[in-house]
Amino acid sequence: MQNLISVILSASFGYAVLRVTTPILFAALGAVVSDRAGVINIGLEGMMLTSAFTGVVVSALTGSAWLGLMAGVLAATGLALIMGYFSLKLKADIILAGIALNLLASGGTVFLLYVVAKDKGISSSLASKVMPQWQLPLIKELPVLGRILSNHNVITYIALVSALAVYYFLYRTPLGLRVRAVGENPHAAESVGVSVHRLQFIALAISGALAGFGGAHLSMGYVSWFSRDMTAGRGFIGLAAAALGGRTPFGALVASLFFGFADALSNYLQSLRIPSEFVQMIPYLATVVGLAIHARGRAKRRDGRVA
Amino acid sequence: MRRQVLFEVARTFLAITLALLLGFIITCLVSSEPVYAFRTFILGPFTSVLRFSSFIETVIPLIFTGLAVSMVFQASQFNIGAEGQFFLGGVAATMVGVALNLPPVIHALVALAGGAVAGGLGGYIPGVLKARWGTSELVSSLMLNYVFFRLGIYVINYHFRDPVAGAMVSHPLRQTSWLQQFLPPTRLHWGVLVAAMAVLFSFLFLYRTRWGYALRMTGLNRSFAGYSGINTASVIIYAQVVGGALAGLGGASELLGIHRRFLWQTMPGYGFDGIIIAILARNNPLLVPVAALFLGYLRTGADIMARMTDITSEMVMVIQAIMILLITAQAFLGHIKHRMVVREAKEHAKLN
Amino acid sequence: MDTILEMKGITLVYPNGVLANYGVDFSVRAGEIHALVGENGAGKTTLMKILFGLERPDDGAIFLKGQPIECTSPHVAISHGIGMVHQHFMLVPSLTVAENVVLGAEPRRGLFFDWKRAASITNEIAQRYNLPVDPAARVQDIPVGMRQKVEILKALLRGAEILVLDEPTAVLTPQETAELFASLQKLKEQNHTIIFISHKLREVRAISDRVTVMRAGRVVGTLETDSVTETEISRLMVGRDVLLKVNKPPIAPGRPVLRVEGLCYTSDTGKEVLKGIDLELREGEILGVAGVEGNGQRELVEILTGLRGATHGSIWVGDEEMSHPTPRRVRDCRTAHIPEDRMTYGVADRASVEENLISDRFGQPRFNRGPLMDIAKVRETGASLVREFQIRTQSPQAPVMMLSGGNIQKVVVAREFSSQPKLIIANQPTRGIDVGATEFIHRRMIQSCQDGAAILLVSADLNEVMSLSDRLVVMYDGELVAHFPDAHVASEEELGLYMLGVKRQEAGEVATS
Repeated sequence: MQNLISVILSASFGYAVLRVTTPILFAALGAVVSDRAGVINIGLEGMMLTSAFTGVVVSALTGSAWLGLMAGVLAATGLALIMGYFSLKLKADIILAGIALNLLASGGTVFLLYVVAKDKGISSSLASKVMPQWQLPLIKELPVLGRILSNHNVITYIALVSALAVYYFLYRTPLGLRVRAVGENPHAAESVGVSVHRLQFIALAISGALAGFGGAHLSMGYVSWFSRDMTAGRGFIGLAAAALGGRTPFGALVASLFFGFADALSNYLQSLRIPSEFVQMIPYLATVVGLAIHARGRAKRRDGRVA
Repeated sequence: MRRQVLFEVARTFLAITLALLLGFIITCLVSSEPVYAFRTFILGPFTSVLRFSSFIETVIPLIFTGLAVSMVFQASQFNIGAEGQFFLGGVAATMVGVALNLPPVIHALVALAGGAVAGGLGGYIPGVLKARWGTSELVSSLMLNYVFFRLGIYVINYHFRDPVAGAMVSHPLRQTSWLQQFLPPTRLHWGVLVAAMAVLFSFLFLYRTRWGYALRMTGLNRSFAGYSGINTASVIIYAQVVGGALAGLGGASELLGIHRRFLWQTMPGYGFDGIIIAILARNNPLLVPVAALFLGYLRTGADIMARMTDITSEMVMVIQAIMILLITAQAFLGHIKHRMVVREAKEHAKLN
Repeated sequence: MDTILEMKGITLVYPNGVLANYGVDFSVRAGEIHALVGENGAGKTTLMKILFGLERPDDGAIFLKGQPIECTSPHVAISHGIGMVHQHFMLVPSLTVAENVVLGAEPRRGLFFDWKRAASITNEIAQRYNLPVDPAARVQDIPVGMRQKVEILKALLRGAEILVLDEPTAVLTPQETAELFASLQKLKEQNHTIIFISHKLREVRAISDRVTVMRAGRVVGTLETDSVTETEISRLMVGRDVLLKVNKPPIAPGRPVLRVEGLCYTSDTGKEVLKGIDLELREGEILGVAGVEGNGQRELVEILTGLRGATHGSIWVGDEEMSHPTPRRVRDCRTAHIPEDRMTYGVADRASVEENLISDRFGQPRFNRGPLMDIAKVRETGASLVREFQIRTQSPQAPVMMLSGGNIQKVVVAREFSSQPKLIIANQPTRGIDVGATEFIHRRMIQSCQDGAAILLVSADLNEVMSLSDRLVVMYDGELVAHFPDAHVASEEELGLYMLGVKRQEAGEVATS
């Protein structure tokens, strides 16, 4: 137990939490933006995967990690727009469309991986690039905190800035106001001439772009390769984090850190010979319990008025 | 009405054709021998007894999860949980198969029942949360997949792991618990019979029992069902439980008939396949085997193609994705349907 | 006055095949208040949704000041100076009043939304049109009358010259209604044109210059309001001008079947919808509940049938106390219910006719043999009910959505009346259906009474309650304000006064037992 506490309190553990939180946070922010616009983005998983793959291939081709990142984000955004086209224009059930896109991404990336790298599992034959790590001036001098916060991959910092940006976008800009209006009462937005579909397209595109950053972090953040299904459910975890975080950017941040914490902890626990499965289970169980309590409160309030 | 059914059938076929066409185009783009590759893909499953039997083996688990998802969809509830329930079913069957010592047949039946119970419990949780408090079954069933996965891995790794085996697998199941493979050299096993019975059960349950009737009415119009005196909260719960049990049964059958020891280190993916099958079969249990055969055929063909040519089997996932997108897109060819409706309504108005 | 707006030959078919508008011609003069009236489902709202770009017509054209326009979206309609206040408010509850008002035309400062200016814009326009609101309040916290003002302000801010109001008074108290009408008159003086959808004829008389009547998706006439009586309008609306000739023979009432004491209900929003209802109903009699819609009838019926919980009060059905019923318990006490909204509660439209006919009794032993249902028995029951109730359908296995409105209602009636009920609660049993089906349903109701059932008949159709009921009560604002022990002696004029709250009887007279 003593051992465990000292692990949790160590700076390297804090550093690890931030690292594993990064892709989850992007997915969660993407889920927040699309959820708020009233379109549930089940396809986050596939968008991340697509970006992870595209980033590796483009960075290998161009020799530039930044170009790879851009290409990854664009690819994920494109996938989000395809999802928007099918669900908004062609009226496909958005959940089923999302599931289809995940399938498309999962199969499509392996298919193409084989075409470009002649391997079905991993892209190690491609000379892909990794995004740089940044030393934060001043902050890196701080005791403990400096070791937790500094020297992360650029994409991690982009993630933290994105949380702030999404907050400002949703609550401080006209477009954000419209997004929230569309999600809460699409008829209201429509009745004042706000095009619901256009806004939902925009929200999906932003959601896809955020997922794109998250995907790029997986394949260009700390490793320099793409492997099949390397997202391993992080897109879905992002959805859960958004729900647990009450669909607000900062709530999502806290929930993502919680998921990241559990994930990092499970890695350490494995070395301490404690069943990591239970630790890894916590975030998911917490989501279910959290949602149930939330829904129960809502149901109680509803009954309370009648009784 | 018959015209509209025909329209739906035609739309489905067109979607399948378009998706296959796209698959062919992709093949042409990346393969040095596209025609051969595509012919292998289409005809492969029929080129040898073993290939054909591997095609049928693939279909068995698909039928179970297809039924599971259809059952829940019929109640207008969402179900992403078949994945985890299938997995749990496999875990439970392993526990029964390794730990208990029972006579043949009975042992297998108990293991199957264990799988069904475990899967049913997996469905009970999202069902109860939805029925009591309106918690989204979409998110809860999704999250529970991960919980069940980790729970299952824990049980196997810490209590049933075979230390002798190199990989992380369980002890082999006792022979008494196996579903025998009845047609060597193929691996066709008695799970086929269990699947057939599950199809029959699902059909009878939905269309020939009062519980199925209540389930369908709740799915078609929950307000109407409630007004009629149906307890819709309990319907939602048992729809998820029955669906979960079917998925769990599938996991058990796969373990007892094919693998004979627990070896899944990731979720095997049959739950998401079940969603595709339910969509293709329009949630009709009698059409589920047809849809599962179709999907299994594509899978097997793709596997054979991957072995014989320079195209990987994952192309079939792309084809499946396009199929789902086109079939679920209500507006795909929707204008033709609307024109049909407008014409009929106008004719009707002139008559009156 | 010049014609400002013309809609010509408008036809719209909904995806389920319902012909909502068929060859509709509609024209409005500049600066008038134009009432658009008709029964529920006559197509008024659909026509206005087409004007506002929320629905695309399959046929027809719209002219504004003589110029053809294409209203492809609300955005386009707004740019043409058309504004609409919907029946269900189009507001975002978690946003503030000011945010709702400026939504879609937000003031900005740089990249960001300028909240202060949004508030000042709201205040400014509220003062100009004398519709005071609190810009900083969240919409979810303000009363209904205030929300409506926000809606009107939204339209005016966007430069609406033509303002469409869809049943604006349905949710308002009398005071709020009076206030609204005063505001509308003021808008008219400021040269706004107003289209006012309603089915309350008194209001139409009170406020409109002209009135267009719609029936079953078509326009049946446009008239100067001053030149017609309410009776004439209502005749155009319902398309029948004689009292239906189904009069119920009087019957000596038997034992009490339903007793209600002090029933109260307060809605989610805190409105007192039912304020102490007392009722008694005996075997063999029909008790009519007359009243303008929205005075608590729907809630009363939903509480009696278990679809909604009462705040307090007690209910007995026969000798059994049923103060907190569920639909199942209500039905087990042999109570039948013809719901007001047949498509929401009455049927599952994608299920077959026969499946709809057994929804209340499929669990009974006679339809089941062991675990399985007796399909032959279901078929037989379906076929015989289709025959007995003259339901016009291709087959009992056809889905209900293929039937006409009258035949769908017959499916509901067939199920409910064939359950050998002791008590039938019928809410608007013949609304929006053809004369033939109406007469058929009326005859069945009378026959059920002769078999010993009691019927609580709630209807906004005065002809219906007056010709069928033995006794009659009038509901106004959540209370019973009048009781006529003999329904046939009441006159329409007198009932009208009670229905509108002009008159009310003393408490002693209203007591129904």
